[in-house]
Amino acid sequence: MRPLVPIPGPRRVLLGISFFVLFFAAWAAATFSGLVSPTFLADPVTMLMDGFTLITRFGFLGDIGITIWRVLGGFILAAIVAVPLGIAMGAYKPVEAFFEPFVSFARYLPASAFVPLLILWAGVGEVQKLLVIFIGSVFQIILMIAVTVGATRRDLVEAAVTLGAKPSGVVRRVLIPAAAPGIAEILRLVLGWAWTYVIVAELIGSSSGIGHMIIESQTLMATGQMIFGIIVIGMIGLVSDFLFKAINRVMFPWSLA
Amino acid sequence: MSKLVVEQVSRIFPGVAGGEPTRALEPTDLLVGDADFVTILGPSGCGKSTLLRIVGGLETPTTGRVLLDGRPVTGPGAERGMVFQSYTLFPWLTVADNIAFGLVEKGMPANERRSIVEEWIGQVGLKGFAHHYPKMLSGGMQQRTAIARALANEPKILLLDEPFGALDNQTRALMQELLLSVWEIHKKTVLFVTHDIEEAIFMGNRVAVMTARPGRIKSVTPVDLPHPRHYTMKTSPEFSALKAHLVEEIRAESIKVAEQVA
Repeated sequence: MRPLVPIPGPRRVLLGISFFVLFFAAWAAATFSGLVSPTFLADPVTMLMDGFTLITRFGFLGDIGITIWRVLGGFILAAIVAVPLGIAMGAYKPVEAFFEPFVSFARYLPASAFVPLLILWAGVGEVQKLLVIFIGSVFQIILMIAVTVGATRRDLVEAAVTLGAKPSGVVRRVLIPAAAPGIAEILRLVLGWAWTYVIVAELIGSSSGIGHMIIESQTLMATGQMIFGIIVIGMIGLVSDFLFKAINRVMFPWSLA
Repeated sequence: MSKLVVEQVSRIFPGVAGGEPTRALEPTDLLVGDADFVTILGPSGCGKSTLLRIVGGLETPTTGRVLLDGRPVTGPGAERGMVFQSYTLFPWLTVADNIAFGLVEKGMPANERRSIVEEWIGQVGLKGFAHHYPKMLSGGMQQRTAIARALANEPKILLLDEPFGALDNQTRALMQELLLSVWEIHKKTVLFVTHDIEEAIFMGNRVAVMTARPGRIKSVTPVDLPHPRHYTMKTSPEFSALKAHLVEEIRAESIKVAEQVA
């Protein structure tokens, strides 16, 4: 192995898959051999069968659907607020000076700690779930976008103004397009974090969703179901990540080439 | 009346963290006539780029003023087109869209833009590359696009800041000829900054030599070589004589720089 030398595509995929195989093999070895008691950790086969039961008999697909809806809903609301504000902060220094200290502070408020308060304010309905995701995502997106927009290459801005671009033109035709791939990347990253917030929101005061199923399974000591739920979240995360990357490739061919 | 008047322009950068302020440019005068091609030659760090950036409106002079067609320069604008040493094409726009950037800003209708862009793509030899993104182009092709982008905008004056500085020697020589041929057609007023003596002579009608830091223009040498200029001219006796003269001028300044450092 030599540093930074790329490897061919097929081999990369093979290596990526082989760790998954190794992981499951280690898990199977630990459980089937009796090394770990089934009370604490179900074996992979039981996990899959539990998952099958969940889907066929307990309508788990509905739970998955509702969780996806919550994540996307809260995340999209956060993006609608955060993307324009982040761009404005990155582009205009007075706007940044006005919002940045508060947003930096708010960013460190743990979204999960808001759950009890939000239940008090918004009840245990959908609004509360969306708000948890919203609070967890919005400040992160704002700050990261502000930094990305603010870091636009100065020479591109100078080229634009010597071509007659006015201040609004610089924002619209240079800062935003230059930052667009970075913004898409930030959204991809924060969507991943939003998944952790939704589960926290569903663990407390919820009657549906993947998180609710996991907490229900705990009272039944059904580790197979719990693990199935966790793996489903991982799978959805992987798929959404893949989709995001594919969309970025289509939208920003110039940044790769 | 001169097209461009640089009058007692100087630039002092404030000291960083309480340090001494940096005098980048001593009060400097320069007159550039219509359709003139002036090259500014100087050792590195002499403030030649600072002078060009002040004319471009990207920096404010500490003293003095710049007049273009009698009107003071207060900031950057479309009338003063610029080409930078670094590659400044907008990476998200194709070659054609880069060239059209300033035209879009002016609000020109799409069909008019298309014909101007096509014309310029032809003039800088980029036929067939209109829909390429900058990343797919070589450095020389990117700078050709940058020149076309600046000229398509029909500026009153074209400012070039070591535009071929990052190119290899062969490409550089080709680009010099390309820019000259474009100038011979359009007769734009050009201010061209370089640290390369041969380039300064080959490109310019006049060569303004700057002193070492803090710089100012110490002499202006006319270049009486006929147009159109061909690369073989670089080996002619007239060219060599000019070169010998300018080498002396610039050498004295380079020595000063070396002594300042020592």
